[in-house]
Amino acid sequence: MTPFSRVTGVVAPLDRSNVDTDQIIPKQFLKRIERSGFGPYLFYDWRRTKDFVLDRPEYRGAGILVTGANFGCGSSREHATWALLDAGFRVVIAPSFADIFLSNCLRVGLLPVALAEADVRRLIELAGSRPGAQLTVDLGTQSIHAPGIDLSFAIDPFWRDCLLNGWDEITLTLKQEAEIAAFEARRPDWLPALTSPG
Amino acid sequence: MALTLAQKLWDRHLVRRVPAEPDLLYVDLHLVHEVTSPQAFESLRLNGRRVRRPDLTLATMDHNVPTAGGRERADAISQRQMQALEENCAREGIVLYGIGSPRQGIVHVIGPELGLTQPGMLIACGDSHTSTHGAFGALAFGIGTSEVEHVLATQCMRLFRPKDMAVTVDGSLPIGVTAKDLALSVIGRLGVAGGQGYIVEYRGSTVRSLSMEARMTVCNMTIEAGARAGMVAPDEVTASYLGGRPYAPSNWAQARSDWDELVTDPDASFDRELLIDAEELEPYVTWGTNPGQSVPVTSRVPAPRGEADERALAYMALEPGQAIQEIWVDRVFIGSCTNARLDDLRLAASVIRGRRVHPKVRAMVVPGSAAVKRAAEGEGLDVVFRGAGFEWRDAGCSMCLGMNPDILAPGERCASTSNRNFEGRQGSGGRTHLLSPPMAAAAAIAGHLVDVREMAS
Repeated sequence: MTPFSRVTGVVAPLDRSNVDTDQIIPKQFLKRIERSGFGPYLFYDWRRTKDFVLDRPEYRGAGILVTGANFGCGSSREHATWALLDAGFRVVIAPSFADIFLSNCLRVGLLPVALAEADVRRLIELAGSRPGAQLTVDLGTQSIHAPGIDLSFAIDPFWRDCLLNGWDEITLTLKQEAEIAAFEARRPDWLPALTSPG
Repeated sequence: MALTLAQKLWDRHLVRRVPAEPDLLYVDLHLVHEVTSPQAFESLRLNGRRVRRPDLTLATMDHNVPTAGGRERADAISQRQMQALEENCAREGIVLYGIGSPRQGIVHVIGPELGLTQPGMLIACGDSHTSTHGAFGALAFGIGTSEVEHVLATQCMRLFRPKDMAVTVDGSLPIGVTAKDLALSVIGRLGVAGGQGYIVEYRGSTVRSLSMEARMTVCNMTIEAGARAGMVAPDEVTASYLGGRPYAPSNWAQARSDWDELVTDPDASFDRELLIDAEELEPYVTWGTNPGQSVPVTSRVPAPRGEADERALAYMALEPGQAIQEIWVDRVFIGSCTNARLDDLRLAASVIRGRRVHPKVRAMVVPGSAAVKRAAEGEGLDVVFRGAGFEWRDAGCSMCLGMNPDILAPGERCASTSNRNFEGRQGSGGRTHLLSPPMAAAAAIAGHLVDVREMAS
C-alpha cells in the first residue's frame, strides 16, 4: 500500500446520503481481473445524466470527495475504492461510512474521514460556493485545513499507523505465525475440511 | 460473565489480542467466487505467497454465469474471470464447483446445502451477503478483495469487535407473511445504516419457528440494514437441517453437544434491542431505491420526506399516493441468495399452481444451486413454473445484480425476490421492487403488484 501522510487537493461535493457501491462502480465493470483501470467508470450511470456535479470542469482533478452519510453501502466490491483512487481521489469525507467499504478503504490507502454532520455540511458548502477550493488533509496531525476552516478528525490509531507507513496487513499477520499455528492445533476435529482435488 | 452468542463465537476464534489493535480471528471456511477473487490471487502470486489452507477454502462460479445455454453464452470478459478462477484453484489445490458441476450454485446457497456451514464457525467470503451463513449460529463476514487475499494467505481476519444488537420477534407470522417480509420490516425500522457497527442476533419465538431457509433469508438481508453480520442461535431445526449432508460432522454427538453451548446467556446484555410483534407484519414491497424504503402492499406510495425520496420516486417513475397494487410490472424474478432455496420455490409454486403468467409479463425462476434445481424438478415444481409460463433457468446470481446476460432493459419494472433495489442494480435504468417469493409469484400472474393474501382466497 502507498503510504498516506498529507494531501492537498480540490474538494468535490457529492451531496447525497446512502451512496451505494453499485453507483460508485456499476456491476458491468467488475469483470476486470486487474486492480487498475476502473477510474473511467466511476459513478458511470450518474455521469451520463445531465449536469452531474463531478462532471463540472471546476472539479476536474479533485482529490478529495465530501459526501453524505453511509457512503459505500451495499455490495462489498473493493472495486469501488479502486475506482475512486484511479479517478484521483485520495480522501473521502462523510458523516459515516458503511462497514465493509470503510474496511476496504483502510486496506487500499484511500483515507476515510468521518466528521460530524455539521462539519461535513460546511465542507460541502465550501466546495459548492467556491468551486475549485482546496483542502489539506493531514493524517499525521489528524486535521483538515482550508482558509477559514480548521477541523480535526478521529481515526483508529492502528489503521492510522498502517496508512502512514504503508504497512501491508498480510506481512503484519504473517509475523504471528506461531500463534496462528497454535490456534490451528487446538481447533475442534469435527469442523469440516475439503479434500484437495489434485 | 454473561455473554452474547456473538461474543462467544468471537472468543472462540481469537488467535491474538493486543491492546489498541484489531483482534486477529481465525476463519474456518473461506468461500470464493469468480468476481472478487482474481486480484487477490494475482497479488498473492506476485508476492510469492501460497494459500495457507486450501482445505478450508471452497470456490464456485455464480455472479457472472449465464443461467441458460451454459458457459458459451458468457461474454469474453466473464469467461476470462471464470478461467482465472479455474487456474487459481488448480494452482492452489482449492476445490472448485464450477459451471456444470452438480454442486455449483450461489456461494451462499451451496455452503449450507453441502453442510459446510455449521454452528460455531467463522465464515468469510468476498461478498456482502455472507451474513446468510449466520443463520446457523456462525459468525459470517462479507469482505473486500484485500481481505480475501489476507484470508487466503493467513486464514485470519483482523477486526475490532462490533457491538451487539438483539432483534427479538415474537408471535406467529400471519398467513401470507414470510421471512422476507420480516427482513424488509427490520430494515425499514432500522434504516439502511441503522445496523452500522453491529452484529445482529435474531431471537424470539417467531425466529425459533422459522425453517433454516427462512432464517437464511433474514440473516442474508441483515447487511441491507448496514450491520456487519446477522445470526440465529442453533437449535433442533439447525441440527436436523445439517444431519446427513455431505460435510456434516462425522463426530456428530460431540458436535451436537458443543452446539448446545452456542446461546446467549440469560443475563447477557445488548447494546441495542429492537422488538417486533410478528402478528403486526404484512407483506411488504419496496417503492424506492434502497431496501429501507418499503411499505405494506395494501398501502400507497408515500409522500417524499426530502430530496433523497424525491430522487427515488423520480427514478422509480412513481407518484406519491399511488396505490401499490396499481403498479404494473414487466418482469418477475424469483431467485438470488436471498430467496432461491427449495422452500422459496415451493412457496412461489403454491401460488402459481393452476394459473398463468400475465401475457405482458416475462417471468423467470432461477434456482439458487444445481442441487436446488434437481430437488425442485424431483417434486415437479419445474412443471408448475413452466406450465404457468415461467422460464426455468440454471443456477446463478442471475438478475439479482445483472452481471450476466439476465438484465432489465432501461425503464423496465421488475418484481424481484432479490435483496437490492439500488438504481441500475438489475440493469441500467431498471426499476426494482423487492418482495417475497409468494408475492413475486402473485405479481407475475396479476401483471401488477398485488396482495398475495387476496389471491389465495
